[in-house]
Amino acid sequence: MIIKKRKIFNAFFQGLCFGMAFFVISVLIAILVRVFFGGAGVITPGFLLKKPIEGMTAGGIFPAIFGTICITVLMIIMAIPAGIAAAIYLTEYTGKEFLGRVIRASINNLAGVPSIVFGLFGVGFFILFVGRGVDRIMGFSLAFGQPVMLWAAATLALLVLPVIIVTTEEALNSVPVSLREAAFALGATKWQVVRNVVLPQARSGILTGAILSISRGAGETAPILFTGCAYFLPRLPVFTIPYVHIPVINPLDQFMCLSYHIFIMATQSTNIEATRPIQYGTTLVLIGLTFLLNLSVIIFRIYFRKRQR
Amino acid sequence: MNMNYNLQSSNLKASNIPGNASAKEGVKRFGDKRISDILVESRKTNVRRQRIQEFIIEKLLFVGGLAAIVFIALIFIFLFKEGIKAFFLIKPLEFIGTHILDFDDNRVFACMWQPVGESGKYSIIPLIIGSFLVALPATLISTILGVGCGIYLAEIATAKIREGVKPAIELLAGIPTVVIGFLCLTILATYVQNSFHTTFRLNAFVGAIGVSMVIIPVIASITDDALRAVPGELREASYGLGATKWETIWKVVVPAGISGVTASIILGMGRALGETMIVVMATGNAALVTGNVFSSVRTMTATIAAELGAVPQGGSQYCALFLVGSILFFITFVLNLVAEMIISRMRKKLRL
Repeated sequence: MIIKKRKIFNAFFQGLCFGMAFFVISVLIAILVRVFFGGAGVITPGFLLKKPIEGMTAGGIFPAIFGTICITVLMIIMAIPAGIAAAIYLTEYTGKEFLGRVIRASINNLAGVPSIVFGLFGVGFFILFVGRGVDRIMGFSLAFGQPVMLWAAATLALLVLPVIIVTTEEALNSVPVSLREAAFALGATKWQVVRNVVLPQARSGILTGAILSISRGAGETAPILFTGCAYFLPRLPVFTIPYVHIPVINPLDQFMCLSYHIFIMATQSTNIEATRPIQYGTTLVLIGLTFLLNLSVIIFRIYFRKRQR
Repeated sequence: MNMNYNLQSSNLKASNIPGNASAKEGVKRFGDKRISDILVESRKTNVRRQRIQEFIIEKLLFVGGLAAIVFIALIFIFLFKEGIKAFFLIKPLEFIGTHILDFDDNRVFACMWQPVGESGKYSIIPLIIGSFLVALPATLISTILGVGCGIYLAEIATAKIREGVKPAIELLAGIPTVVIGFLCLTILATYVQNSFHTTFRLNAFVGAIGVSMVIIPVIASITDDALRAVPGELREASYGLGATKWETIWKVVVPAGISGVTASIILGMGRALGETMIVVMATGNAALVTGNVFSSVRTMTATIAAELGAVPQGGSQYCALFLVGSILFFITFVLNLVAEMIISRMRKKLRL
């Protein structure tokens, strides 16, 4: 009798755990399916390539897509070098010494800071302190000391820095020590070992971290609320270099962003119910973007693990 | 080095070099210097240059590593710098509550957050209550589901299923929070209102469900790691004593990995308190002092997100928002620190 009860218990709780995992996965699928069917109807080339018109109740979302890409590019330019340098320093130069432990602790804490606090910091430090300071020194009236793309990207870069550092560190740690030892035995210096042996081996792991941070940064909203995101901008944040006529991203302009567009359309636009299809369409584009990036990371990882074996 | 020497000397035919008087003496020369000396010298400068290069690179990398420390310190300084100003602009007692006149003209003590207007009221009590009213149910829901998922991944699922399920749970973490907030606002809120017959369509409970979507992956993934770090001998011993699989999981593996599970729950709670977009979209944003999860609330994060865009810099509301941000930062900082201490202690214990 007792054995039977124990067996039933065993089966029940194992089933329960399976049920929970199944539930979580089905929630994920439900979200994706709902967004897909809600938004697939409005996705047309016009929606993706045109500006919003008639007070954002019609037209496309091209400026938002463009703005998201711009800010992600800027963010990556700022975050990747610093993140990789920190990871190399942590794994190759200072191991478990005091300094290494302090750096690791601050990275962990940086990862746990709420995203809205990054937004506050962006306003208080980047815009008011650094931006206004640069304006004062250079004699501009108001160029850097206002919410612009540069500061939004810097805030996001700070947010994704721990992601890059942790994934890069993992990648560097997975390179076998024997390879390093072999290189050292040939008389290579530390930097030669890192550059010619460790980094090439860890390349795909570092790339994974970069993609992961792009997807994280592209979807984040709270840090850019006050650091440069615009409700509606009739122009693209681009300026043309005189004489040669090459358009480049203008980091001193405001921008539109997919995630902010969803937020503002769903909560504060003039006609929330009527623009539901546009909201779903924007959501589908954003989720498609981040989902593809994440999926590529997963596939990349599996492929890489197989190759390593 | 030796090879280099031979190579170079064979290229430099000694007799071809102008002014090479002593070519016949057998010592190879270039101009009036011995080639071996040149090589040693260049090797020396090479080594020196290399050392300088190494030094510079190490310092550059060090700066990169320092960035994390510097920015954590800067966040501390700049949040608290603006936050402390609030104490000079607003009386400290006003952060708890103010005396107001009620409908019968009696002076009553009330906790209100009404920063707009002549006499702004800056009680942060409703905001803190609001934050916890969202974070606690969210932590509860995601502890149950997250730990369940973690146990399933670590102990029950076969390797093949695990390889499919774990990335899927990670994908859930990769969905932008604004999307989850949007779906809570449009779909989930209606479901909750229809099934619980709540007065407010947007309430703390809707927000809590939304937030738990974000922290389930965190808890599941850390729980999975913690349980997988439990040595296999413990399981084998338990099976050897005749325990069933569930008894082994629940009475041996989970207690052995309990510190990791606890850490994951604390980290999840930190996330729940700091989550912004979901709560700003799905909790109704009414700063009420209430214990009812089905009423609208206003969290600390949502307050900052909703108000900072519209306040003049340096005003009392602006500083009050930074103070709210400092409190939030402090709470999550402590939670992270505790979780990290638990994890590092666990690592030490398991290594022994």
